[in-house]
Amino acid sequence: MTAKKQVHLAAHFPGVNNTTVWSDPAAGSQTDFASFVHFARTAERGTFDFLFLAEGLRLREHRGRIHDLDVVGRPDTFTVLNALAAVTTHLGLGGTINTTFNEPYEIARQFASLDHLSGGRSAWNLVTSSDAFTGENFRRGGFLRPEQRYDRAGEILRVAKALWDSWAPDAVRADARAGVFVADDSIRRVDHDGEQFSVHGRFGTPRCPQGHPVLLQSGDSDAGREFGAATADAIFSRHGSLAAGQEFYADLKGRMSRYGRHRDELKILPAATFVVGDTAADAEERGEHVRRQQVDGPTAIAFLEQVWGRDLTAYDPDGPLPDVDPDPSNVSITRGRVRHEKDPGALARQWRELAEARNLTIRELIVETTARQSFIGTPAGVAEQIDEYVQADASDGFILVPHLTPGGLDEFVDRVVPELRDRGCYRTEYTGRTLRDHLLPAHRAERAPIG
Amino acid sequence: MSRPVYLAGEVAGCGRHPAAWRLPGADPAGLFGAGHWIGLAGLAETAGLDLLVIDDSFAPPPEGHPELVRGRLDAVAVAARVAPLTTTVGLVPVATTTHTEPFHLSKAIATLDFVSLGRAGWQPEVSRTEAEAALFGRKPAAPAGELWREAADAVEVVVRLWDSWEDDAVIRDVATGRYVDRDKLHYVDFAGEFFSVKGPSITPRSPQAHPPVVLRADEPEALPLVGRWADVARVRAADLPAAEAARRRVRDAVAAAGRDPDVVAVLLDVPTLLAPTAAEAAATLERLDSWTPDPDPGGVRSVGTPDALADLVAEVVAGGAADGVTVQPLTLPDGLRAVADGVVPLLVERGLRPAITPAGTLRDRFGLPRPANHFAPPTGATR
Repeated sequence: MTAKKQVHLAAHFPGVNNTTVWSDPAAGSQTDFASFVHFARTAERGTFDFLFLAEGLRLREHRGRIHDLDVVGRPDTFTVLNALAAVTTHLGLGGTINTTFNEPYEIARQFASLDHLSGGRSAWNLVTSSDAFTGENFRRGGFLRPEQRYDRAGEILRVAKALWDSWAPDAVRADARAGVFVADDSIRRVDHDGEQFSVHGRFGTPRCPQGHPVLLQSGDSDAGREFGAATADAIFSRHGSLAAGQEFYADLKGRMSRYGRHRDELKILPAATFVVGDTAADAEERGEHVRRQQVDGPTAIAFLEQVWGRDLTAYDPDGPLPDVDPDPSNVSITRGRVRHEKDPGALARQWRELAEARNLTIRELIVETTARQSFIGTPAGVAEQIDEYVQADASDGFILVPHLTPGGLDEFVDRVVPELRDRGCYRTEYTGRTLRDHLLPAHRAERAPIG
Repeated sequence: MSRPVYLAGEVAGCGRHPAAWRLPGADPAGLFGAGHWIGLAGLAETAGLDLLVIDDSFAPPPEGHPELVRGRLDAVAVAARVAPLTTTVGLVPVATTTHTEPFHLSKAIATLDFVSLGRAGWQPEVSRTEAEAALFGRKPAAPAGELWREAADAVEVVVRLWDSWEDDAVIRDVATGRYVDRDKLHYVDFAGEFFSVKGPSITPRSPQAHPPVVLRADEPEALPLVGRWADVARVRAADLPAAEAARRRVRDAVAAAGRDPDVVAVLLDVPTLLAPTAAEAAATLERLDSWTPDPDPGGVRSVGTPDALADLVAEVVAGGAADGVTVQPLTLPDGLRAVADGVVPLLVERGLRPAITPAGTLRDRFGLPRPANHFAPPTGATR
């Protein structure tokens, strides 16, 4: 009998979008370190692979003003992750670091430092943006043609890997008697001249415990999938249904052989929201309550404006959809936010049909189309659904996105994790020390060649 | 106690002496693990230091010289790593302004302030060499005047970004569905000689609002920046009269920038190597120098007994040479342990240091009030 395929879980700290319910009486600070400590310790108690922090480098704007309806603001990713290394022992520490507004030498050094200081628990979610809007906060300006995004990401990663690999693993001899701290031939010079970067010199930080941080990637375009298949250790995907998940999973893993990689060297981890209840009906009721918290009237209007490209504040969120048509020329009404709608016009038509067919108000429509949780049920029911997805190769696990800071994971860890363990598809304790140990147990050795 | 004597420490690698890693007790193999830094921060707390500077630089490891320590960790990362494990010491990483984006620096130091509950500081430095510039490939090395002008712009942007959120910007107004009052978020709209930054920061205003800015004041080119932005100034000097002159230059620069010189503490660097007897200290230094000579042996320093260092501290402050000292142990961790166990009790006995380390923020330690917000209307004004 072969061992059951194991579920991998990660935890996304509630972020700056309307999934995070700040209005709940139980909602705590989004910036106080205590919130991060609570969240991280809960994830570690649940033997999660890693905690994840998202990052956006400019406050979102909607209709030319800072969007004020969702959580706004967050602390610096590297600094929080390093601090969390002090209050956890096994949990992986991952974050989004943008490749457009950072330089490879500095990123390589910061990840190597985090990996050293956490004993091999770092993970990097590479995100490349092309918007001049965010670039206004940076000296580079940051404008990048969209088609160059993965060129830049690929190049920054090549440079970072060259730097991480430039110290031999045993370079630090620290031989006091012989007076040799580092054998001079054990640090290789890096010389890179590319389209995006010119980096020349020797790296200032010894090789880190994992060799490289675990690499996460989340792009869904063809170029993004190819990049992920070639380089990523895990994909942070967004494919909700079982069938869509299976299709994405098969597609991504199918691309890997081209790069000489085995299917198990990459984990597919879709984002997932959840609601747990004492009974199925209780869970449904709680889910509905949370969705209505996530989509209040002004938020429903703002969502609609993103698709319509128009000021719709005159409309009643509890009334029918606007009679005016969308303005396709104004798709950038919201800035600083990842857009998932490729064709707002088609989406608007689809929404209008749905609203008419089911007689939905604006707010009901937005609740229905944007906020339904991935998993709703009893603890055993949610565990069963997660297990089914994983066993059916719709994913290798999930990145859970709770709706409450800092306690949004508590119930999952207290009630669902034991059910997963009972099903034999989830670890009862950490068996390794590094994030690579947790995530890729069959591939503990860093494959990157040395020397 | 008439006036406080400020006591700071600065650490890098296994100590300031290039051969320090070869001494017994140095643990050079542990230099890149968290334990080394947690140990040093713990000793800084035992000593009741006001702040601990964690040195840093992008300077790549030069070729040759296998007998020298190579490799560093990012100082902001180190400070963040030890912050949750300490409770009193100010944590002041060196972070350079020449190749790093001011926007990143601003949120990193603000976040260090959050994770340390108000004990963050920042020592801006510049990157002078072509070797550092080549690692970034964006611009050539520049002369000191230009580097410090750029640093002054960077500090200004960083501080403006710290102010880009008013303290009460997060309102969580359920009735209107608004999480923030966007009238209390501000574009900084900085445009200078070297860069422009729009803002606001992505990080809310931190516990101290402005973590203290610690600046070296050794170069004339740095003095305008020191005058405008330093909360704490650091100087090295050949002797105490030179230190007094350096302190005067700092105070003049602060006054020239329209600020009160009394609010800026000037700390004198004191490289230290302590032993129970002066002869033992001298013998250790001789041993170190026989391995690798100290490239910078001059200036005010203390190689001797804890008593001698306590005398020096008293003399520095009594004579007006400085408002306090930054001890720079030639060897670590024992050099910091000697300060904690040997020197500080003597200073307490003499009434120069408090017997119980006070709680509070790093600004509190230096008597700095919570700063007004550049963007906020004056108290009492209506919006």
